[in-house]
Amino acid sequence: PPAHSRNDWIGPPDKHSNLRPVIFYVPPEESPLERRLREARQEAQACNQQFWARHNCAFRQEKEEFIYSRLKAKGLEMRDETGQKATLNAEEMADFYKDFLSKNFRKHMQYNRDWYKRNFTITFLMGQVALARALRWLRWKKKNVEH
Amino acid sequence: GLFVWRLKGAGTRHIPCHFVHLCRAANHRLITFQYFNFLKRMYVTQYNKDLSQRAKPKSDPVVSPFHDLQQLDQEKKVIHKISPVSPGHQPWPETSGRNELREVKSPAEGEASAPAPRAEPKDRQWKEMKLQLDELPGILARLSKIKLTALVVSTASAGFAMAPVPFDLPCFLLASLGTGLASCAANSINQFFEVPFDSNMNRTKNRPLVRGQISPLLAVCFAASCGVPGIALLTLGVNPLTGALGAFNIFLYTCCYTPMKRMSIANTWVGAVVGAIPPVMGWTAATGSLDAGALLLGGILYSWQFPHFNALSWGLREDYSRGGYCMMSVTHPGLCRRVALRHCLALIGLSVVAPVLDVTTWTFPIISLPINLYISYLGFRFYRDADRSSSRKLFFCSLWHLPMLLLVMFTCKKSVLDKEDKGDLLGKGESHGRAMEIRLP
Repeated sequence: PPAHSRNDWIGPPDKHSNLRPVIFYVPPEESPLERRLREARQEAQACNQQFWARHNCAFRQEKEEFIYSRLKAKGLEMRDETGQKATLNAEEMADFYKDFLSKNFRKHMQYNRDWYKRNFTITFLMGQVALARALRWLRWKKKNVEH
Repeated sequence: GLFVWRLKGAGTRHIPCHFVHLCRAANHRLITFQYFNFLKRMYVTQYNKDLSQRAKPKSDPVVSPFHDLQQLDQEKKVIHKISPVSPGHQPWPETSGRNELREVKSPAEGEASAPAPRAEPKDRQWKEMKLQLDELPGILARLSKIKLTALVVSTASAGFAMAPVPFDLPCFLLASLGTGLASCAANSINQFFEVPFDSNMNRTKNRPLVRGQISPLLAVCFAASCGVPGIALLTLGVNPLTGALGAFNIFLYTCCYTPMKRMSIANTWVGAVVGAIPPVMGWTAATGSLDAGALLLGGILYSWQFPHFNALSWGLREDYSRGGYCMMSVTHPGLCRRVALRHCLALIGLSVVAPVLDVTTWTFPIISLPINLYISYLGFRFYRDADRSSSRKLFFCSLWHLPMLLLVMFTCKKSVLDKEDKGDLLGKGESHGRAMEIRLP
């Protein structure tokens, strides 16, 4: 993002986590409240990124292993004569999906609780910051009108 | 594309039916239901745009149910790519997958004819997180899932139309507006809750909050500014019962269905209730009371949700599994198909109950029998075969089945005048008898 910009910037989705990274703008006259908001958002972003990157990579890896083991059980190779990657049909993959979902259930529960808490906190802080800014603007306006 | 479908009627009449199917609509909302009117609707399917399916309008049509509309492709084997960036990572839309791949390969396509190539390069850039006022209407439309909301409002209108009272236009308009606002509010809150999950699912990854086009604070404020006036309008402008139902539905959708999606498969049933409430609201808006007819209409929509959503979710199992969503199609596939079939058959039963409750004449179950039997047949095929083609057939059938059923129901509605005539005849008979009695002694 350009140096003169006074806003946050959001980028394309991350390769592993599919989340979009945000670069936060730090204003020179940042109030403590605003700093708390920014730090909360940065922390949430880091946690989300870590969770989803790890989760998605684990999914891909386990899926690969599952396909490999099933193909081996069927006596097939990973690639057939034409060099194409051999695949399993949807019904065979269904076992893997069910398994993966139940294995990660507790992890998801924990993450859900975490995410909801963070989301509410951040939004509430945003509200407080917006209110503070509005009051500041009104006070500035009043000062200008008086002079 | 447009599909013209001819129903094989039971010899009585042929009903041509048009429906548009969307390309690449990935919607896994259970509750949202796709309710296509007989009027042709052209949906511009864009890169990764989804059409919410399930009717959950008031918060996402029944749980969302927002189903993805997928292209009707030929049966192809699911190609599971184990690559980090696999844009077309979905079982269903092969063509859409191809579209996506094409876009990825040629990002410098520039402003080509279709909007899709334009979306691709913009998506890969770094964007300033500043609210663009000129884009705001579009952003808010997507935030509130305006298309889904429209479908929900149509269901509510159907409920209003079926109520056995003279048609009151101002009341109808107020009820529709209130329902629409409440639905916008519920959908916005749903998206507010689901940002990281939406980013990870192909169907939903282009939503405004995911893309940072709007801040969460603004989304919540928008939801409040839609929900509060919406419910107030329903409570004060229509009647308190409708307002209470609207508020309850918003709560059910945002606070029950949305979190439950990640906790237990029971979310599907909750979502079905969310989808069933709008027509009940339409009825109570017209009559002011919860009659058996209202519950019947709600029951029909409740049962409809299951074949609709279960068939849709069959093709999204991978995304659900990775995203951590607890859906029947992933964890209890047998149950998923059984429930879909069960509710297809329930629709037949409910159609028979309609004339018993004086909602329609006896022609309704007779005329609706062919379409109900057809969807039950597809439900049975889905139950037995459990593959992509049968699930797709069932899903697409559900899209035209509901509007057709509601239309037939409306045409078979028991006229208010009929009931009045009967009452007059009885009254005359009684007065005659009394006159006779007076003369005799």
